[in-house]
Amino acid sequence: MTAVDADLVLRHPVERFSLENGLRVVLAPDRSVPVVAVSVFYDVGMRSEPPGRTGFAHLFEHMMFQGSANVPKMEHARLVQAAGGTFNGSTHQDYTNYFEALPAEALERALFLEADRMAAPAITEENLRNQIDVVKEEIRVNVLNRPYGAFPWLQLPPVAFESFANTHDGYGSFVDLESSTVEDAADFFDRYYAPSNAVLCIGGDLDPDETERLVRRWFDAVPARPAPPVPVTGEPSPTTRRYGIVEDALAPAPAVAIGWRVPDPVGDFDTYLGTVLLNEVLSEGDASRLERRLLHTDRIAVAQSSYLGLFGDPFDVRDATLMLTQVHHPAEVPVDRVLTAVQEEVDRVAVDGVSGEELGRVKARVEVQLLHQADSVLGRTLGFAAAELIHGRAELAGELAARLARVTPDQVQTAARGLSPDTAAVLELRATGGKS
Amino acid sequence: MSGPATPSSLVPPLGEPRPQPVPEVHETTLPNGLRLIVVPRPGVPLVELRLRVPFAAATARTAAAHVARSSVLTGAVLLGTAAHDHLELAQLLQAQGAELSVSADPDRLLVSSTLLPTGLRAVLGVLAEVIESPAYATGEVAAERDRVVERLRIARSQPGVVARTALAARRYGAHPYAQQLPTPEQVGTVTPAALRKLHRERVLPAGSTLVLVGELDPTEVADVVGTALAGWTAAGTAVPAPPVSAPAPGALEVVDRRGAVQSNIRLGGAAPGRTDPDLPAVRLASMVFGGYFSSRLVENIRERRGYTYSPRSSVEHLAGGSSFTVEADVATEVTGPALLETWYELGRMALLPVTEAELESARRYLLGTLALGTATHSGLASTLSALFGVGLSADWLADHQRALATVGVAEVAEASRRWLHPAGLTAVVVGDAATITEPLRALGPVEVTSAAVPVAGA
Repeated sequence: MTAVDADLVLRHPVERFSLENGLRVVLAPDRSVPVVAVSVFYDVGMRSEPPGRTGFAHLFEHMMFQGSANVPKMEHARLVQAAGGTFNGSTHQDYTNYFEALPAEALERALFLEADRMAAPAITEENLRNQIDVVKEEIRVNVLNRPYGAFPWLQLPPVAFESFANTHDGYGSFVDLESSTVEDAADFFDRYYAPSNAVLCIGGDLDPDETERLVRRWFDAVPARPAPPVPVTGEPSPTTRRYGIVEDALAPAPAVAIGWRVPDPVGDFDTYLGTVLLNEVLSEGDASRLERRLLHTDRIAVAQSSYLGLFGDPFDVRDATLMLTQVHHPAEVPVDRVLTAVQEEVDRVAVDGVSGEELGRVKARVEVQLLHQADSVLGRTLGFAAAELIHGRAELAGELAARLARVTPDQVQTAARGLSPDTAAVLELRATGGKS
Repeated sequence: MSGPATPSSLVPPLGEPRPQPVPEVHETTLPNGLRLIVVPRPGVPLVELRLRVPFAAATARTAAAHVARSSVLTGAVLLGTAAHDHLELAQLLQAQGAELSVSADPDRLLVSSTLLPTGLRAVLGVLAEVIESPAYATGEVAAERDRVVERLRIARSQPGVVARTALAARRYGAHPYAQQLPTPEQVGTVTPAALRKLHRERVLPAGSTLVLVGELDPTEVADVVGTALAGWTAAGTAVPAPPVSAPAPGALEVVDRRGAVQSNIRLGGAAPGRTDPDLPAVRLASMVFGGYFSSRLVENIRERRGYTYSPRSSVEHLAGGSSFTVEADVATEVTGPALLETWYELGRMALLPVTEAELESARRYLLGTLALGTATHSGLASTLSALFGVGLSADWLADHQRALATVGVAEVAEASRRWLHPAGLTAVVVGDAATITEPLRALGPVEVTSAAVPVAGA
């Protein structure tokens, strides 16, 4: 690593150890503000769900907030918030996480709460029925009662992929959610919520030795169980162009999404970094290729965005993964015109490449975005945790800017050659709502 | 039910609080009247920039046109200057890892950026160009106008936007704040000449504040900013929003959204402003009622009854008047019961005291999240921009913390009676009128209006 690269490495050391029960622990101390973040990442996500249980990973995430052996219902929230802290959880394609950001003096309390629910969440019939109702309202807010709610994250995967793991609705069908039982939840917990299937990552104002002692105090007692095998989410690369059409009765204007399969984000990481920068060249900001072409030169779109992974984080997903481009365009513009323009811009990079000057600007922008994520203790801690779980190395989160800085124009050009229209998946959203 | 549950004896006690770092705030006023606030701060090697320009509509009569012009100006101002076209500006910024984002709300225009510390001079140079010599070229303005019209159609199809717009219209009546989202028709008439006039008259250094937080040397920064923005000499004084007068709440308004599977309940009323001695008590009351997960409203309509995913209340500040608001998106079939429970919890707040445990929890949460929110460059920059922008200083933070620490149960009860009582709140529900109107009439008078947006099956 050169001196310049070293400057790009986040100035946060990482320490790690494992407990007898298999829990992996990562500590990222930084004492500049009196704040700690505690996060637990379980290696179970939407892609782990079996047929008939769509949406279960997310429903189970809700169950983890319903209390536990020594914590009554509502008390998890009270104990965190009455300490001046915030909390949440989220379900992703390949993991489910739980986290708190708190004043430093509340560290042990958060460890107690996470250990208590790792050992024994309160899975009762009453809690389950209540949270099925809450999740249905969440799905109505985010999907059913709004335009573009499932676009494209729930609607493109069935077009782009083959396996159940990759194609099913990760928010869940109401039929599957309503038929969920306490036994299903207990089985899911036994199978996926073993300490050996989790990473505990703590960042911020902490003393590593003292924190290790506190972690052992609360987590050593969580019984060991075998970790399940990592779900098979990879798929053979597509060999044909696929095209799907959905109608959205709430949408006032059409939209289109294109998904290209990209290199394995973990197994082929160096190649994948070329795709990460290609995505930025094409889509990030006012100077990007697609922003220029679609909004300003051709004036055929009102918004465009591209990203890797269905949730937009390129570094927290496993194979198989897409690069997605989504475009909102006026009804008067034919969708084929948009698709042609997008592919022409991809092909321009594939044929002509990018200049070192353009790539340098894009790298500066990426560096700022990575630093911005690391501005908060919580953002930093979640980045370390995801890198440990998905890539096996928390340190990677701190090295990303330096790794990206070494990507060459050739690598970006090579990545563009992989985005072929002949193997892309396209989803057209037709607006069938009333006219305004 | 919402009293203190007895915590398990296993729960570890909290340790000794560690001292909060006090931000080192350097404040100067440039010869042109711009106030500069610089906060050097350790942390990630970035600089956060916030330029806040007063931008309220002067009168209710001109508010609709002002909001329409503002919606185009925020994008068009970046589409070229006397020296550089849109792409060149974007590339100059990108080379420093930056972008400029420009947004407008009923009080101000805000230009924000995050940049590498080495890029400060370059980014200020672009900022100066954008402020002093925007082109507003005919073709670029026309294209931006078309994009804004399309985006407005999309925004107005979002039920949350419909609800917010309807509540503002009903609450503010003849005040400029009633106009929070322009119509596509109004936007369609915006001309380059109108943008140039608006920019010339309102983008003024007097009354504006520039906040910079991050890896900075305050003396050097003052020089760099003074040089970069020396040419910003537009004369004039800022136009403030007129004070809001509180009209009577009136009947519950149902905005019909045919076939909607959810109803968006929105309540709003006046709240004390940032310097009103009632504010700490009202913020605490709002927390206990519905301001965080540990609140009565969340326990009742989410965790007990499953009516909703994310109910919440909050206290928000605009220069002309502050607001207490309540929001819940609920299943269509339980709209009446959900509003009933919300009113019940508001009534309890107004008529019965909160418990000491509820108050302590809310207090620690507000103090803790205030510290969390200012523990980042970006959080501190946004907080200081909002404070200095309304004529306060960083001292407000410490004063407010001290005030929160001393509020007692009796003051929360008094504040709740005055500010949270349900009869004083304006109510709007966006939903399927055919299903929800009759149950809602059981609770009081209802007026039904129709949404100016496409709805399912229409």
